[in-house]
Amino acid sequence: MGRGVVEEILELTLEHVWLVLAAMAIAAGVAIPLGVALTRRAAWRRWVMGLANVLQTVPSLALFGFLLPIPLVGGIGKRTAIVALVLYALLPVLRNTLAGILSVDTAVRESALAMGMTSRQILWQVEFPLAARTILAGLRVATVTTVGTATIAAAIGGGGLGVFIFRGIASVDSAQILAGAVPAAALALVADGGLGWVETKIARA
Amino acid sequence: MSAAVSFHDVSYHINGKRVLCGLSFEVRAGETLVLLGRSGAGKTTALKMVNGLLFPTKGEVLVSGKSTRGWDPIRLRRRTGYVIQEVGLFPHYTVEENIALVPRLEGWDTGRIEARVRELLEKVGLAPEEFRGRYPRELSGGQRQRVGVARALAADPPLLLFDEPFGALDPVTRVEAQREFLALRRSLAKTAIFVTHDVREALLVGTRIGLLHEGRLEVLGAPEEFLQARGAEVEGFLACLRWKEEG
Repeated sequence: MGRGVVEEILELTLEHVWLVLAAMAIAAGVAIPLGVALTRRAAWRRWVMGLANVLQTVPSLALFGFLLPIPLVGGIGKRTAIVALVLYALLPVLRNTLAGILSVDTAVRESALAMGMTSRQILWQVEFPLAARTILAGLRVATVTTVGTATIAAAIGGGGLGVFIFRGIASVDSAQILAGAVPAAALALVADGGLGWVETKIARA
Repeated sequence: MSAAVSFHDVSYHINGKRVLCGLSFEVRAGETLVLLGRSGAGKTTALKMVNGLLFPTKGEVLVSGKSTRGWDPIRLRRRTGYVIQEVGLFPHYTVEENIALVPRLEGWDTGRIEARVRELLEKVGLAPEEFRGRYPRELSGGQRQRVGVARALAADPPLLLFDEPFGALDPVTRVEAQREFLALRRSLAKTAIFVTHDVREALLVGTRIGLLHEGRLEVLGAPEEFLQARGAEVEGFLACLRWKEEG
């Protein structure tokens, strides 16, 4: 492989990381507060979780395609790709936020309330610390999945390591496919290991 | 003596079910009023109305002369200690952090909190150096319950609520806990409401006993009066006392 290829791999890997980070930041920013809100409103839970489940079942390539004609979020490029990735990442984060907070012992929550903690104090000092591991596990699953799914972003001009893979398929060139697939797999392993390490750190505290 | 807490014709309904019905009584400052009754008699519901965890459907509860609806719930709860059967210690906090909870929320300085935690651990019979750094999972049931009591006492609240506090303890630990409770009560002279379904415990810890049956107050009086009282429900409880003596 020449110098140009190595440079391109690095460039597309960075682009890939950027896609994943942007998507995960937005997904966490939406799904964690939404999960918290759902712990307070049992009636909405079924509907919102149902919707998130449905989103998850749409085949990823189709989802990217569906978004193309939609104004504001759609079109060719990174923005559309990130929107699609966010939609995929929502469910695991949402589900784990909900499960983590709901698993806090009712006696603990009741005594927090009876000691005169405000609901904000209960959230930050009791519910989040006790749910942290579960929420983080959701983020980890979502991140690893997003690293893989982000390869499809190239199909709608979103860039990333998928560029190699699609090019390789089109030209029946296994080396090109590997140039995209191997770094993508490595990224997934690094994300999994890194977030797993943070989880054990939190578990010890 | 003035009333620390008073119930005025309090009723409570939930999902069409009547839990409390026309409850009226006063808790005098400094006394330990026991609410005795079977499961589902409404004892816990009545207790939760005192610190504003629940509000009456009809009637009102006054604490220090002010309706619980008029109190800022946070202020009311921080001046009311609360001990429950499941204890509800924070599993991610050490013993010290658990006890320090209300003083910290109230913004006490660190030195004062540390001294207070030490004093309370000694008061409930746990060596401060040995226990303050432990987590709740590293304690026995009885030790956890003591930390729960220390946490409730931390900011020196004038009113204490106990909901079956010794219900989950084994019989030996339970008798110990009851004895310590009496000693603690003598040294603190605080107003307390104590919920239990155990008539022996009621006679032991209460300065007065109120018997709740299906949401109504059947009897209210000092232990001697309670022993003389008439009525199917009282006699049912007294019978189980005699049965224990004979057995």
